[in-house]
Amino acid sequence: MPDTVPPVPESRVTHGRRKRLSLVWIIPLVAAAVGGWIAVTEILGRGPTITIIFDSAQGLEAGKTRIQYNGVDIGTLTKIRLTKDRKQVEATASIAAGNDDLLVEGTHFWVVRPRISGAEVSGLETLLSGAFVSLEIGKSKVKKRRFVALKEPPVVESGVPGRFFVLKTDDLGSLEQGTPVYLRRLKVGQVSSYKLNDDGKSFDIMVFVNAPYDQYVNPATRFWQASGIDVSLNASGVDVETQSLLSILIGGVAFQTPASAGVLPPAEAETRFELFASRASAFQTPLGEPEEFVLVFGQSIRGLEVGAPVELEGVRIGEVAGMKLVFDTSTDDISVPVTIRIYQALLGLSHAQTGEAKRRVRVDALVKKGYRAQLRTGSLLTGSLFVSIDHYSDPPPATVDWSQQPPQLPTVAGGLAGIEDEARELLKELKTIPFQKIGQDVAVAITQLNRTLKRATTLIESANGLVQPDSVLVSELDQALQEASGAARAVRVLADYLERHPEALIRGKSPEEN
Amino acid sequence: MTTDPPVASTPPPGSAMQQGLQVCDTCELLSRPAQGAATGVCPRCDRPVEFRKVQSLQRTWAFVLAAAICYVPANVLPVLTTITFEGAESDTIMGGVVLLWSPTGWPLSLIVLIASIMIPCGKIVALTHLLLTVHRGSIKNSEERVRLYRLVEVIGRWSMVDVFVDTFTVALVQLQPLMSVEPGPGLFFFAAVVVLTMLAVQSFDPRLIWDPSNVKEVRHA
Repeated sequence: MPDTVPPVPESRVTHGRRKRLSLVWIIPLVAAAVGGWIAVTEILGRGPTITIIFDSAQGLEAGKTRIQYNGVDIGTLTKIRLTKDRKQVEATASIAAGNDDLLVEGTHFWVVRPRISGAEVSGLETLLSGAFVSLEIGKSKVKKRRFVALKEPPVVESGVPGRFFVLKTDDLGSLEQGTPVYLRRLKVGQVSSYKLNDDGKSFDIMVFVNAPYDQYVNPATRFWQASGIDVSLNASGVDVETQSLLSILIGGVAFQTPASAGVLPPAEAETRFELFASRASAFQTPLGEPEEFVLVFGQSIRGLEVGAPVELEGVRIGEVAGMKLVFDTSTDDISVPVTIRIYQALLGLSHAQTGEAKRRVRVDALVKKGYRAQLRTGSLLTGSLFVSIDHYSDPPPATVDWSQQPPQLPTVAGGLAGIEDEARELLKELKTIPFQKIGQDVAVAITQLNRTLKRATTLIESANGLVQPDSVLVSELDQALQEASGAARAVRVLADYLERHPEALIRGKSPEEN
Repeated sequence: MTTDPPVASTPPPGSAMQQGLQVCDTCELLSRPAQGAATGVCPRCDRPVEFRKVQSLQRTWAFVLAAAICYVPANVLPVLTTITFEGAESDTIMGGVVLLWSPTGWPLSLIVLIASIMIPCGKIVALTHLLLTVHRGSIKNSEERVRLYRLVEVIGRWSMVDVFVDTFTVALVQLQPLMSVEPGPGLFFFAAVVVLTMLAVQSFDPRLIWDPSNVKEVRHA
């Protein structure tokens, strides 16, 4: 049988040690080690998961929307769903490890979207990149995992040095979040928020003044609305008062401390201030809270208007706040109580002297001394009235009616104003007496009398021829004529005197003339 | 037909190993191990010659295992990080599949799904199957298994396309500051999976598939 296998060379023998376990097992070991290491770092690197409640998920995207703090990504929204009541949006976010200390009580989240407010344009980068979530970090140490996002980004981010102050105003004007706050036309802060107070009558405006300008806010500082243009016309011409072009457009708040205030320590944070409507009103003496009183005048108050001044010894201390007609059905009496406001500060009283008890004692003492309220004519032209409180030396005794709310002060009716009115009437009547005409009439009467006398003399002379000089008739006639001429002389003297002193008709002859 | 069939057309029963012959993997020279020795060095090209690939099963197991381990991070970690002005965005392979999946883009999505996820996975599963059947000494379906081995060997290199595409993208899309693309850690693991499965295929000796059946045939004969 031929060998079917052709001659085959023999392989050479080597003496190598054969390992039972191949080195190739290092490869899966390395792969496992690297994979395991990545897994471990991934698990260790996984930070806390938090829940944020948003009002709306507009612009938010699960898995994409980032959470940034100062431009650094610290997390991503992983899940977005509606809350159980379907009114809000609940987002789950995974935060990078090592950011535990950011998630504390007081930390606030908000969505950064493009915002164009009057004062600034912000968040423009989000136009292209989409919204992201930003946060400010609370100072607390208490950990928190569930947050409710702010509706609006905070105007002032935490950590910015400066202080908040609260301004109280009745009218918000054109103020809004971000409205600038000026100090001598320098922008030093902004309005951070405002809220209508519970009574619905006033606003509390939170303003933030950046350091170092916050030190210029002290208890005497005045804040006023620097919105728009304030044009006033006075003796020196037209005065235009504005802050900046920006404030003309969007409004603003300005503050300044009156020079008279002297050096005061800076106001504490969140001190309350009144927001005045204008610079002029801000720099008036601060009026403080007014005291209200009621005055009942037993006369017509026609000419008295709301806002009319209330003066004490000629110095303005308040204003008329209102008036109304009160009809007492039980007695059929009609009274018109006038409410007045008196400002402590205008009375020259400091805060320490304005306690309720002290106030009563003070007002009672003034009334006891003889101070009474009275209506007076402020202007003869317009007939406008004002309330004057004056001291009377001997007024009818009266007391303050504290039982009423507001308390009622005693008044004096008419008074000097009435006397003045009467004197004016008298003067008017005196002017109507025609003294000139009376004098002329008297003169005419006397010439006629003279003429009559001359005729009488002629008659007598002609009669003389008829009558004997020694006759009784003649002598009697003579006597009568003598008396007539005496009378005529007397009338002439009177006429002369009246010519010179016509007033003697009323007053009589002054004694020194004789 | 009583005459013996020609030698060339009918191979003798058994394999070269059963006839005591070795083939050199490099120059394919048949040789015979020296008396008393199991292995040697090819007399022509000086490469080690053996009856079967050295530690074939052990090495294949090691590579398959390493590939299986790397397969997990390759799919979990992002392969590409796209940095645009709107921020960085990382995508995993599966994320890309989901991203591409649209009424019009689904064929592309399918290609990525098959080439990048199913094929590497299938390779690992196929190799594991081959290894297990060889260990069991199974004689069933050896032809199918050989075909499977060929298939794995042929398609294995195509998975590398994904890695190339990604690296090209990284190299080309550098439009800073508008946009740039950076490789993610998943890409390295994905490349490792492809390379390891190719190494596993290479280290597997397909002759092991039919060795048991030869033994049986010989025994039968």
